[in-house]
Amino acid sequence: MAHGIQLVGLGPFLVVTAMLLVFGVFGIFLNRKNIIVIMMSIELILLAANLNLVAFSAALGDLSGQVLTLFSLTVAAAEAAIGLAIVTVYFRNRGSIQVEDVTLMKG
Amino acid sequence: MITQLAFYLFATVLVLSAVMVVSARNPVHSVLFLILAFFNAAGLFLIAGAEFLAMILVIVYVGAVAVLFLFVVMMLDVNFNQVREGLQRYAPVGAAVGLVLFAELVFTVGRWHLIPDVTPAAVAAGTPVLGNTQALGQLIYTDYVLLFQACGLVLLVAMIGAIVLTLRERPSARRQDVAAQHARQPADTLQMMTLSLGQGTDGQGGYLRPPGGYGAVAAHGSGRAPEDHETNQHLGA
Repeated sequence: MAHGIQLVGLGPFLVVTAMLLVFGVFGIFLNRKNIIVIMMSIELILLAANLNLVAFSAALGDLSGQVLTLFSLTVAAAEAAIGLAIVTVYFRNRGSIQVEDVTLMKG
Repeated sequence: MITQLAFYLFATVLVLSAVMVVSARNPVHSVLFLILAFFNAAGLFLIAGAEFLAMILVIVYVGAVAVLFLFVVMMLDVNFNQVREGLQRYAPVGAAVGLVLFAELVFTVGRWHLIPDVTPAAVAAGTPVLGNTQALGQLIYTDYVLLFQACGLVLLVAMIGAIVLTLRERPSARRQDVAAQHARQPADTLQMMTLSLGQGTDGQGGYLRPPGGYGAVAAHGSGRAPEDHETNQHLGA
């Protein structure tokens, strides 16, 4: 079963995932005030990790990488749900989602 | 040839939409570009031969997570002009960190190479060739069954946590009181009257309706069904 990974090669996949990861980290720094865009950047980083796992899984012919991707997708979905619930509750209580205003636990 | 072409198309659109996710001025546009990025990542998954995960990515991420993001972005009335300020201040730091990270990755990957004689795991002769989904299913339900159950547990905990976090008791909400409904008797709400010919019920308790109409009951927020009000008013009269 000839996958496309043999035709494309592992290198381009790794470059794409590296760029995705870098843009995710860049997005966290760029949108430091907007918690929702920060969470979207985290989704991008997780997507980069998943793409890396799938690429290695296909290149090495081992399906364990795809199983691991399945599990990390699950955890990412749970993380997004909980994070957005927290954002919603915080906005309801404070009327703003400014990250810099979240200083209640500073003491 | 067509595979390489498809790969570079998907990869280009993926990276460009990732850039737009982090740099779009309007968070709604960010979410839409995130959806585009997920679609293109699903295309890359397909090229890598992970058909099941590609479909899962489209269904779970585009269908659930991205729509959840869109819902929250549109539901919260956020002042985005206020959120956007300070962008120029943060951009250099972010770019510096990103460049350092990318340089590290380039150095790492540049010095790294697969051992040339590594071949995909040997397949015993006569093994039936399974589709991606079938093979994944056989792996999940045998070797990784505990991890699979733990995944279900994670999702359950996330669901309960999200509900507990966002559920709130509003005093103005009108709720169903099952016990009150079951304990209701005909005599509570119904009164038989004997009226002579041509006589109305006006002045004898009248047509049972709350003083301000049903809207007043709902706005008042007693949390009870309007029938109870009628009954009380009637019994008091």
